Amino acid sequence: MDIVSQLQRQFIDYSASLHHEGFVDDQFTQLQKLQDENSPDFVVEVASLFFEDCEKLINNMARALEQQQGVDFKQVDASVHQLKGSSSSIGAVRVKNVCISFRSFCEAQNREGCLRCLQQVTHEYSLLKNKLQTLFRLEQQLLAAGGSIK
Amino acid sequence: MESCNCIEPQWPADELLMKYQYISDFFIALAYFSIPLELIYFVKKSAVFPYRWVLVQFGAFIVLCGATHLINLWTFTMHSRTVAVVMTTAKVLTAVVSCATALMLVHIIPDLLSVKTRELFLKNKAAELDREMGLIRTQEETGRHVRMLTHEIRSTLDRHTILKTTLVELGRTLGLEECALWMPTRTGLELQLSYTLRQQNPVGYTVPIHLPVINQVFSSSRAVKISPNCPVARLRPVSGKYVPGEVVAVRVPLLHLSNFQINDWPELSTKRYALMVLMLPSDSARQWHGHQLELVEVVADQVAVALSHAAILEESMRARDLLMEQNVALDLARREAETAIRARNDFLAVMNHEMRTPMHAIIALSSLLQETELTPEQRLMVETILKSSNLLATLINDVLDVSRLEDGSLQLDLGIFNLCAVFREVLNLIKPIASVKKLHVSLNLAPDLPEYAIGDEKRLMQTILNVVGNAVKFTKEGSISITAFVAKSESLRDSRAPEFFPVPSDNHFYLRVQVKDSGSGISTQDIPKLFTKFAQTQSTATRNSGGSGLGLAICKRFVNLMEGHIWIESEGLGKGCTAIFTVKLGIPERLNESKLPLMPKVSSNHGQTSFSGLKVLVMDENGVSRMVTKGLLVHLGFEVTMVSSSDECLHVVSHEHKVVLMDVCVPGMDGYEIAVQIHEKFTKSHERPLIVALTGNTDKVTKENCMRAGMDGVILKPVSLDKMRSVLSDLLEHRVLFEAI
Repeated sequence: MDIVSQLQRQFIDYSASLHHEGFVDDQFTQLQKLQDENSPDFVVEVASLFFEDCEKLINNMARALEQQQGVDFKQVDASVHQLKGSSSSIGAVRVKNVCISFRSFCEAQNREGCLRCLQQVTHEYSLLKNKLQTLFRLEQQLLAAGGSIK
Repeated sequence: MESCNCIEPQWPADELLMKYQYISDFFIALAYFSIPLELIYFVKKSAVFPYRWVLVQFGAFIVLCGATHLINLWTFTMHSRTVAVVMTTAKVLTAVVSCATALMLVHIIPDLLSVKTRELFLKNKAAELDREMGLIRTQEETGRHVRMLTHEIRSTLDRHTILKTTLVELGRTLGLEECALWMPTRTGLELQLSYTLRQQNPVGYTVPIHLPVINQVFSSSRAVKISPNCPVARLRPVSGKYVPGEVVAVRVPLLHLSNFQINDWPELSTKRYALMVLMLPSDSARQWHGHQLELVEVVADQVAVALSHAAILEESMRARDLLMEQNVALDLARREAETAIRARNDFLAVMNHEMRTPMHAIIALSSLLQETELTPEQRLMVETILKSSNLLATLINDVLDVSRLEDGSLQLDLGIFNLCAVFREVLNLIKPIASVKKLHVSLNLAPDLPEYAIGDEKRLMQTILNVVGNAVKFTKEGSISITAFVAKSESLRDSRAPEFFPVPSDNHFYLRVQVKDSGSGISTQDIPKLFTKFAQTQSTATRNSGGSGLGLAICKRFVNLMEGHIWIESEGLGKGCTAIFTVKLGIPERLNESKLPLMPKVSSNHGQTSFSGLKVLVMDENGVSRMVTKGLLVHLGFEVTMVSSSDECLHVVSHEHKVVLMDVCVPGMDGYEIAVQIHEKFTKSHERPLIVALTGNTDKVTKENCMRAGMDGVILKPVSLDKMRSVLSDLLEHRVLFEAI
């Protein structure tokens, strides 16, 4: 089989699996559509920005929740909100869902719940990061082989 | 003689006279000694004797007198000088005391006499008081009787009981032989014996009312003594020997409901009286006393009041019964009416459906038939069928509409619509017919007419169409002109509609439409009939043009529903006529809830609108989402500037930016504030960039906040490319958008 088409097939399958497993949703597809000659690395840029943002926010939240004397739930809530916004912009649906339940725990000022959610978020985030990085690698390979993702 | 120192009595002792004197003296002394004893004894017995010392004095006087007479006994025989001396002493003492007593008695006797008179006086007084006591007791008794009588009388509201009780109690209190009540008959000319005390069933005795004695009684409010021989008092056959007792009669006012004015008391305004006659027992020699007469008067008044209460009660009970009956009748009538209405509605609903279905079939199939190959005769026949069935369909619709309008069940479907489009459509519909008749139709829309209005588009169109249609129908040649403008308050008042005072406000305006034609006109006496259902003017021309006569009636109803007025002016037959109507329409605000109507979508096509070079400003705190939005916009060809804070946004925004997209769902950052500040920064509306909010929630509060802050649109995240494209193209075309989900 032609290597380009093979790689293409791999790429498409992987992409579909991401959708299928619910890691990303339609919004991600939209982002992919936005990628064109003018902005060839659009998706990668957005994803990197997302990862940076995520890490920063997760650290903030961890620090805030570790406070022994009086957790500042407002701050945690603000961070979760940001995370939710970012994840919905990129289409990271699982992360977004965790954020939603995280917010309700914040409102209820439930530290245990928040800690659990934070763990979950971290988990989901790392999963997503791996998946996306794999996707991007496949893309690079495809482009290098002369194919295109469209 | 020897000197025995005796005194010789003057007379010899044996003389008879002397002997008698001797005995009398003895008895005198005895008496004189026993009198004080008696006095002492009796005074001691009696409790009161004010003059004790007088008694002592008197006692002393008596005793001394007695002593004198006793000593005198010794002087009848020879007695010694000592006896004489004692005698003299006694006499002297007696003289002294008796003189003193005599002197005393001068003082005492008048006193004693006055005591006597006082005693007499007191006795008289006592007798008088006794009498008065007797009187008071009687009065008190009377009072008690009155109270008791009143209580008895007023304790019931039944007329018969009241009267019976009165008679019984009066009889008892006053000890009457007979007591009778004469009531005026219905005619008012006679008094009829209604109640008596002793006779069980008074037979209908009547006496004419205008007897002098009766007049006398009626003219005074007091109890009047009348002769026992007058007809009202002669209840029993007079049987010879009896001396009839005194009779008293008193009037009892029969108060009527109407006598009770609000502020007056029913004084002498009554006309009707009943007569109460009271007879003392015959042969008793009793007389009517003042207090008894008073009692009778009081009772008569009480009876009057009690009777009037009873009458009022009867009246109100009757009224209540009447009301209840009426209520029941009304209820029944209402239910019948409801049933009738429901039956009619059911009928209409059924007929609606039943009639329309075959009509529909006829019309559809005839029009299909028209499309096929037909001979000219057949075509003519089919056209006639089609025309007639269209007319019939219109007729059915009209009738159904009118009946719905009449029971008020019709409600306007309000919505935003394009006003000018309505007129243009009417024009388009009417043009073919008008051109066939070679009529010139012109439409004149005032420039200040708003483009959009809130109202019932379909019915407004129906009204305009009807009016214009009539104009075309009744004009054989010439022109029709349609003018529409916003009615101002001076021109709002019309002589034809003087009670119509429309007040335009910020939310509404009055649309005035005038349709002038140069047709056959209408005579002035026919004008009022125009809007009545089914009434047609008699000219043959109109008869031929068909129509059910309902059109204008329906228009009038619609116009009235739209709070307007419609009328027709014509100078006479052959002089054309002008139909004018005003309706109230709402003004849509820029930022109101209802969606803008879908404009004939100027193909919201993908990629055909070019955004190239248009500058937009994106404000979003979240880096990722900012980047995504930028990506979208760049892809669409916009030139994007990104800012991440409100201050930066305000700093950077300029009139070059066409749109500002801001994320407002970030807590803590008030996107609305920024919108307000942008409004303030750009005073001229055409310089101001359009502000669109990107938000994750579509709840009402967010929307309202956006509207209030002066935003031009709201887009719900996540935004797809197509959505962004269509939203921005709509926005830039119309400068207002309200919601795009």
